[in-house]
Amino acid sequence: MSDKQIGREIGQALGANLTRRSLFALGGAAAVTGALAACGGNTGREPAASGGATGGGSGTTLNQWYHQYGEAGTQQAVEKYAAAYKDATVKVSWKPGDYDQSTAASLLTDAGPDVFEYGNGPTIDMIKGGQVVDLTDLIGATKSDFNPSILERMTYEGKTYAIPQVVDMQLLVYRKSMLDKAGVTPPQTIDELIAAAKKLTQGNVKGLFLGNDGGAGLMGGPMLWSAGLDYLTKDNQFGFDDPRAATALGKLREMWDAKVLLLGAPKDWFDPSALTAGLTAMQFTGLWTFPDLKKGLGDDFGVMAWPALDGQGKASVPVGAYGSCVSAKSKDVEAAKKFAKWLWIDQTAYQLDFATAYGFHIPSRTSLIGQASTLTSGQAADAAKLATDVGHAQSPILWTPKCNTAFGDAMNRIVKEGADPAGEIAKVKTVADAELKRVLA
Amino acid sequence: MLRDPAFRSSLVTFLAFAVFIVPTTFVISLGAALLVARTRVMQSFFRSVFFLPTACSYVVAALVWKMSIFSGIRSGLANAVLGWFGADSIPWLSLADPPWYWLVIVTARLWLQVGFYMILFLAGIQRISPTLYEAAAIDGAEGWKVFRHITLPQLRATSTAVLLLLLINAFQAFDEFYNILSTFGTYPPYARPPLVYLYYTALGSGQDFGHGSAGAVILTLIIAIVAVVQGRILRLGDRGD
Repeated sequence: MSDKQIGREIGQALGANLTRRSLFALGGAAAVTGALAACGGNTGREPAASGGATGGGSGTTLNQWYHQYGEAGTQQAVEKYAAAYKDATVKVSWKPGDYDQSTAASLLTDAGPDVFEYGNGPTIDMIKGGQVVDLTDLIGATKSDFNPSILERMTYEGKTYAIPQVVDMQLLVYRKSMLDKAGVTPPQTIDELIAAAKKLTQGNVKGLFLGNDGGAGLMGGPMLWSAGLDYLTKDNQFGFDDPRAATALGKLREMWDAKVLLLGAPKDWFDPSALTAGLTAMQFTGLWTFPDLKKGLGDDFGVMAWPALDGQGKASVPVGAYGSCVSAKSKDVEAAKKFAKWLWIDQTAYQLDFATAYGFHIPSRTSLIGQASTLTSGQAADAAKLATDVGHAQSPILWTPKCNTAFGDAMNRIVKEGADPAGEIAKVKTVADAELKRVLA
Repeated sequence: MLRDPAFRSSLVTFLAFAVFIVPTTFVISLGAALLVARTRVMQSFFRSVFFLPTACSYVVAALVWKMSIFSGIRSGLANAVLGWFGADSIPWLSLADPPWYWLVIVTARLWLQVGFYMILFLAGIQRISPTLYEAAAIDGAEGWKVFRHITLPQLRATSTAVLLLLLINAFQAFDEFYNILSTFGTYPPYARPPLVYLYYTALGSGQDFGHGSAGAVILTLIIAIVAVVQGRILRLGDRGD
């Protein structure tokens, strides 16, 4: 009996005239279903998923997700906080890898978290899609205690969708000894900065490090703010269709052409090694590098904001924060909100511990900054003051990922290829206008 | 999707890359195979040494190329060599003009894949009957003539397979591009093959699955057309192949 005949026999037995090919198709479908089931098996809701830790308490079980923090001890700390919560069992999931993408995708399913952190709060698409719940009433009277620009970034149409956990910031760090030697004082305007960078560029030491792409990826926002502009205006229109923006962005190209920028460092701007190894005199980097800077340079470094373009502009430092959000798909939204309030509003001792005991961050509550012993003296105290005084949220909530890509491409062309800034800004505007129309519809 | 200039430029990148990398790898690996086949001393040593990079991960090689060989500072290997000749350091990966980044990407890929195809050619060469060469020698043929009229025609089946594999590999370009050129969360608007572009569109923070899948369909069509055309030209599946 041939395969085909066997197929037909089985087919007749099943009450359908199956051929061998359709049997194969069925088998394939079964295999695919099996594979999908296997994928869906690890939902993170099952007991003892990797990195899971069960808190005390009874009744409700809540899943809380964090991305993987690099600093030792952070995971144990958040597990300790979760275990101390008495009104529900809180299971912490510590998620390595591409946290933002996997979390965004999981919110569409039943396998997502109840409480989760997200960089600068949920995205506009999560809010518009009803995937996260309004937390305005949790924050209530403590509103004035939070860093205002961060809180605004997590707010849409008057409703706040996340509680800021800790604040991170970027700023300009310089080697005091190198500036003294070259007779340069910390620059107050962009032109002074360029002049200083030229003086500081000597031999194999470059004046300024803005990332291996010459600041194309990192400095777009700070450059707009230095001209007194922003990504979007207050009434959510495209914010930098302005000749001053073209001038400001063109300044980055001026630095590139003057060959004062460090390019191609083994580790990029987020690592302090270019400064500590003496490859550059000034570097735009993050607060998190301070423990290493201290170790490598002792007291030989100072901090400052990104300077203003001129008298009309403003100095700034970008600030960002992971915000704690509550999923609308949670089985018990009220319990999840209660836990988020307990940890990120009520337990100030835990918030302080989380911000200062492991890595180097600023507590998101202004009232806690004074209590953070790591931030009371020296450069760290200066940095914390900058964040409060001239802190600027990295990008507005309506500045979607698509706008960001278009802006990044334009910045690359302006800085690396010397394209005309005004023409590139016009291209970004086309994309941004369409995106704004989409999200505001 | 086809109206998106970024996607169109990614298609151009991808075709230009394939047009360059396929023949280059082909020639270099065939050359290496001929040389290794001819050496009498330490043949297995050379064979292993050339094959070894194949075992290396694309990601690891990309990072070594980016951070150690082609880093922009004076202590990077390539710049140290330039320094011996008194030349200035070049920030290989930061410059868009001249496009030195292609040198980094192409050398990384050549280092990774030449060894593997060399082994395929070596196997092909060793299957050629020595009697053919003896006959040619009696007829007075040597050097280039032997290669042109005996080695190359006899390697036809191997060559077809190698070309097909190379083309598939070129179209899968992602790992070394992504790891060499991406910076913190961004990727420059040049040297961006479609898989990298679609990764950012659909899987990155964009999560634009509609345009992502449209791009994937276009890509599949292009690969299918190229594969069919190549099959026709090389007469894949003919008797005797």
